Amino acid sequence: MTARAPSGSGTQTRFGRRLGLAPFLLFAAFAVAPFLAAFSGAEGYVLSLLTRVMIFGLAAMSLDLILGYGALVSFGHAAFLGIGAYAVGILASQGSAEILIQVPVALAASALFALVTGAISLRTKGVYFIMITLAFGQMLFFLATSLAAYGGDDGMTVPERSRLFGSRLLESDLAFYWACFLCLLALYGLLRAIVGSRFGRVLRGTRENPVRMESIGYHPFRYQLAAYVISGMMAGLAGCLMANQTEFISPAYMTWQRSGELIFMVVLGGLGSLHGAIIGAAAFLLLEEFLPEFLHAAGFLLQDDMRTRLVENWKMIFGPLLILIVLFARGGIMGLLRRGDHG
Amino acid sequence: MTATLLFVQSLNGLQFGLILFLIAAGLTLVFGVMDFINLAHGVQYMVGAYLMAAFSAWTGNFGWALLLALPSALAVGLVLEALVFRHLYDRDHLDQVLATFGVILFLNQGVKFVWGAAPLNVPAPGWLAGSVEIADGLLYPVYRLAIIAAGLLVAAMLYLIVNHTRVGMLVRAGASNAPMVSALGVNIRRLFMIVFGFGAMLAGFAGAMVAPILSVEPGMGDNILILAFVVIVIGGIGSIRGAFVAALLVGLVDTVGRSFAPNLLRLLLDPATASQAGRALAPMLIYIFMAAILFFRPSGLFPAKR
Amino acid sequence: MAEPMLELRHLKKAYGALVVTDDVSLSVQKGTLHAIIGPNGAGKTTLIHQMSGLLPSGSGEVVLDGDTITRLPMHERVRRGLARSFQITSILPGFSALENVAMAVQARSGSSFRFFANASREQALNEEATSCLTTVGLGERAGVPAGLLSHGEKRQLELAIALATRPKVLLLDEPLAGTGHDDSQRVVETLRSLKERMTIILIEHDMDAVFSLADRVSVLVYGRVIATDTPAGIRANPEVRAAYLGDEVI
Repeated sequence: MTARAPSGSGTQTRFGRRLGLAPFLLFAAFAVAPFLAAFSGAEGYVLSLLTRVMIFGLAAMSLDLILGYGALVSFGHAAFLGIGAYAVGILASQGSAEILIQVPVALAASALFALVTGAISLRTKGVYFIMITLAFGQMLFFLATSLAAYGGDDGMTVPERSRLFGSRLLESDLAFYWACFLCLLALYGLLRAIVGSRFGRVLRGTRENPVRMESIGYHPFRYQLAAYVISGMMAGLAGCLMANQTEFISPAYMTWQRSGELIFMVVLGGLGSLHGAIIGAAAFLLLEEFLPEFLHAAGFLLQDDMRTRLVENWKMIFGPLLILIVLFARGGIMGLLRRGDHG
Repeated sequence: MTATLLFVQSLNGLQFGLILFLIAAGLTLVFGVMDFINLAHGVQYMVGAYLMAAFSAWTGNFGWALLLALPSALAVGLVLEALVFRHLYDRDHLDQVLATFGVILFLNQGVKFVWGAAPLNVPAPGWLAGSVEIADGLLYPVYRLAIIAAGLLVAAMLYLIVNHTRVGMLVRAGASNAPMVSALGVNIRRLFMIVFGFGAMLAGFAGAMVAPILSVEPGMGDNILILAFVVIVIGGIGSIRGAFVAALLVGLVDTVGRSFAPNLLRLLLDPATASQAGRALAPMLIYIFMAAILFFRPSGLFPAKR
Repeated sequence: MAEPMLELRHLKKAYGALVVTDDVSLSVQKGTLHAIIGPNGAGKTTLIHQMSGLLPSGSGEVVLDGDTITRLPMHERVRRGLARSFQITSILPGFSALENVAMAVQARSGSSFRFFANASREQALNEEATSCLTTVGLGERAGVPAGLLSHGEKRQLELAIALATRPKVLLLDEPLAGTGHDDSQRVVETLRSLKERMTIILIEHDMDAVFSLADRVSVLVYGRVIATDTPAGIRANPEVRAAYLGDEVI
């Protein structure tokens, strides 16, 4: 799992400069998009799609910290999205829509869940770790389905979006877009600092060679657990945003398939580069959004009913596409960029 | 009354556990021998159920349908092995997780494409229909007893194959030390293929057997896959014996827990809270059970690797 | 006689019926270089694993500077001054040589739970790491990713990493294995200069190096110590000649 992640040693030269440009372009695109969207004639649609991309980008980026920099394949990351979302939904339905209450509660709950499940999971290695994180995710999923007061299986509508100092500022989709943008930018900066810090360096070291790290005096468990907690809290925040965007919470936030999608986003973008995870999330969601449209266009030779059937079953294309990407596009999108740079 | 209920629920748990074992057996071998993590094992169970539904509608006969479904499930497994899985043996677990996730997306949609999204029903064979009185005034469906019998039979057969045949010996050796087996000059690729096809067929068999008592629908393999993973992790990856013990434990804990957790909690809490907490707790029980076992034995109950 | 720096008391390790190290007792004085020699499969590397804590011991005790450390995990032993190198090179290939060493410096200087400041710009860490690299003769190669160093350079890097933990006792598992003549001369000179500063336990097949460096030598055969003596004493010991040295000229 370690071989593909790029080294974090700061010795890349030409690529280092290129790497510096990619996140800049990415965030510039998000910053310009609302202005372009105003002219697109479908402003609401574009804003909501891009907001979704940023929220998933945040979740995928948080996963990248443990997956890309710590080589910990956590298959239960969607649980944290659920914790964040349910914190918002439950508090709002109890009458506290204030974001300054909701977010700290969501972060504390995520941290607690990460601390307890992480401490148990990190005792295991490899496949057992994948499985036990999956099991903890399922545990929370079933807990959510049994919360009859909050919609059980069916989920429930969140009565109102979070308020900031009591104001209903975030009710505006544009304001919410900018709120998500700022969250993503701030947490990108924070994670960028973390991976370069003393802590991040130790985490990257445990990814490459845990035994070596022990033999110079580190106990990998402590650093992995701390990273797991940080990552979980950030995903919890993404969950808060997600509940606000959809104004709906349900156990579907934390299915194991959702955890799988998050992993896929990170791998698609390229492990261990942070902005790669955001790019991966964007690519995944845009593909999901436009593959049916694309199939519709590509099927122009077919009869109408076949064409409809093709579009309805776009996942039959999506699945094999995923397999092909795994088999042939190693290193993800960032890896392709890097190869292009050398070639 | 409670004792009777406990007895019935234990039988249900046993039946569920044996179905889990059929799925987990293939999964744990593929996992143990090839170090290959196959998320698509659950859809092979689903494919088995769909094949059963299709052949049963075509032939109108349960026995013939089962006879056709088994080799077809095997064929599907072998095709998938050749097309996808074979290229993933040398990859890390992350790649395997993702690619087999892609197979799930494809097949879940594929059965919708072929058979539609509506659930299908498979009639139980006439000679296994109805109920039998297993104790005073206690009726139990014959078909469920048949599943228990079939599950025990397959378990016994697996035990014989794994412990008393050459292939079984290689499989056991492979699970504890795969490089050693390939160093002995065994065609490891062919061994993989056999194990894989066999595992797919067992999962397909499980799907075919439950088709008459569950509705056959897309995604039916997704949740049972997770339970099968719980089973093999509790049992110890690569261990058939572990999978058997763990499958029965999980089946019993889940089934009995669901009906008795509210009752047990009533001893501690007031009835309303107890029934609510019980309903919340019951589906989480097996995961708590698994976490507890891994906490004390990080490699499961019967670790095969040394 | 002074308190020994490192003492092994009746160490034993067995896998089932296979006994790898058997009742090994050694006492290493402060500031000496103690070599352990023996034929392949004698249990030398296992013994190093037991001392460093990578493998738990079946029975017996490891005492470092008066403290019993038998039950401590590896990272705790390192913090108490017991460093090691690996026979099979074990470095962080994606990190530069400098960062490999700086990581070890970081482990004992201040907390590693610092999340914001960039670690690779910490002058204090880098300076000390550079000086360790210079000691082993890798000063010029500080910026090179460790995975791209030559085999001999990786061996030198192993040594630099071990030094960076500022050990009281340094366990070296075949530091000369696979190195060319020039590289091995350099490592031998480095070890000679380190002898004054720390206690060293050396496992090595290169007899020239062993006999020119060691203050005392122990011979391990089939997991048992059959003799411990000065180099001259070992050369003269008939039991050693019979059991191990045989036709080898020493």
